Amino acid sequence: MHNKGVRHLIGVFLLGWSALTLAGNVERGAKVFQVCQSCHAIGPGATHLVGPHLNEVFGRVAGSLSDFKYSEGLRAAGVNGMRWDAEHLAAYIENPIALVTGTNMRFGGVASAEDRDDLIAFLRAYSASPRDIPESLPTALARDPDVDPQILAIKGDPEYGEYLASECVTCHQSDGADRGIPSIVGWPTKQFVIVMHAYKSAARPNPVMQLIAANLADEDIAALAAYFEKQQ
Amino acid sequence: MDRRSFLRGTVAGAALASAAPSVIGSAKPRVVVIGGGAGGATAARYIAKDSQGAVDVVLIEPTRTYYTCFFSNLYIGGYRDFASIGHTYGKLASEYGVTVVHDWATGIDRDAKTVALASGTTIGYDRVIVAPGIDFKYETTPGYSAAASGKMPHAWKGGSQTQLLKAQLEAMRPGGTFVMLAPPNPYRCPPGPYERISMAAHLLTEKNPTAKIIVLDPKEKFSKQGLFQEAWTKYYGDMVEWLPASMYGSIKAINADTMTIETELDTFKADVANIIPGQRAGHIASSAGLTNDSGFCPIVPDTMQSQMDPNVFVLGDSSIAGDMPKSGFSANSQAKVAAMVVRAELTGSRAFPPKFSNTCWSLVATNDGVKVGARYEATPEKIASTGGFISKTGESAELRKQTYEESIGWYNGITADMFG
Repeated sequence: MHNKGVRHLIGVFLLGWSALTLAGNVERGAKVFQVCQSCHAIGPGATHLVGPHLNEVFGRVAGSLSDFKYSEGLRAAGVNGMRWDAEHLAAYIENPIALVTGTNMRFGGVASAEDRDDLIAFLRAYSASPRDIPESLPTALARDPDVDPQILAIKGDPEYGEYLASECVTCHQSDGADRGIPSIVGWPTKQFVIVMHAYKSAARPNPVMQLIAANLADEDIAALAAYFEKQQ
Repeated sequence: MDRRSFLRGTVAGAALASAAPSVIGSAKPRVVVIGGGAGGATAARYIAKDSQGAVDVVLIEPTRTYYTCFFSNLYIGGYRDFASIGHTYGKLASEYGVTVVHDWATGIDRDAKTVALASGTTIGYDRVIVAPGIDFKYETTPGYSAAASGKMPHAWKGGSQTQLLKAQLEAMRPGGTFVMLAPPNPYRCPPGPYERISMAAHLLTEKNPTAKIIVLDPKEKFSKQGLFQEAWTKYYGDMVEWLPASMYGSIKAINADTMTIETELDTFKADVANIIPGQRAGHIASSAGLTNDSGFCPIVPDTMQSQMDPNVFVLGDSSIAGDMPKSGFSANSQAKVAAMVVRAELTGSRAFPPKFSNTCWSLVATNDGVKVGARYEATPEKIASTGGFISKTGESAELRKQTYEESIGWYNGITADMFG
């Protein structure tokens, strides 16, 4: 993932996205949408392609269109209450797999925060119920850029991680089996850290994981990531 | 303990035992684990695995196949077959080098640091981990005894009692009455009695739809009450009637011959009766002087060490673990903390801060799971809750199905974590 993107995403997680800007430009967003078009249609008469159509996506529960076959991961996120508000769309567009484990959206993400804002503004224009969309906030860019790379740069202690991991493997099997509960072995460190912070900020909905993450310090998460990356 | 029989045992058990294993400098330190459930099996596996042969781990467990209490209600409901909740200790021995001894631990001599077995053997230890689960306080159920459990099962320890209760429910006369006497606090698995009622109601709705279920409960409220009561009404109509003690008075007499439960205010005639007495720590814990007046074992919150003896650790249902419920998940969580401390003490490995957590899933009907969970931290006084969550009434069918699927994932995870 692009470094700046990671920083942005982490910052957003820590702020709970409360300060996300929506000052995007619809016309520029239409251009950004070109990279989405091979899989997603939008506008009058749009139908499902490889991905679902994106009319009325704002405020919709994730994975909830009954006539589209979603990944288990996306359905699970929706079942747990995740909605496509601007914050979640921004995170998903930036790095789909970081927000939704097991998503079918094989897309590297839109790295530029400006492009994402423009794209979201464009998508918003095709949703009739903007009440679910937070208004833009002028303080959106006032986050501290120094905090985020520091968290990502923490060097995890794998031995401590192994001890902490004993708590994870009560549910997540160490051999990578994933019935009912996803596998977490072999994840890249960055992705692991991003995901755990997403639970910590309650951006990801599962209450068990929110609780686990809430009790993990940044160093704990780094240690776990360092340990699980080495597991096969 | 009988001193003479203990000494006799020491001689007879010379093959396995060395009375003071660490006296000789070259001897490996030894940990004896009493009880092969969620606490004991996990502790044995983690110490053996992480010490990589530096610690001699001996696990004492009477049964060769361990049937989990968790998910035993799903067997009653017909969602699991019995074999699927049975586990053996082969991998602990072959893959992790744990010495598994299928025998009863009959006593602990804390001065000599030895554990006596029913076979007559004694085994010396540097640390002993006591995880015997629960025994019953029959004084809470007048007239009921171990002998009566052949007719009125408690089914509160995994295995044949669970099979007996399910067989009785399946054979119950049409329109018969199933009476459960729920246990008073504190007891193993707080949502367990009510998950069992849900599973019995599911079974009877299919096989015996005019049957009745009465729950006599010494408590005025219970775990996940709103969720269970919502499900009973939704799925089982008026089959289930829950009565707190204020509705029936205290228990006067339980009679297994007449299948009656006489209370202050009423007499209940049962076709099938499930009597779950009040509970205390497994007998060996009290005989070793590890319990207090509550019948359970006080522990040091950040290590799970007994407050009576720093060479003894107590895990799971027999411990007083503060705000943590008596559950397999809790015992497994506590075991990892104890394993880390024991290893650090015996081998000088790194010590880390304790982490405790618990989640309890319950199945209330087909594809309808609910959960409750919390996180804990060790304070000087107790293991204290730092926050939690619970499923909500009125959740979508899809979320409930996902919660059930999650519970299956957890079952697979924790049993792999216990048995390898």
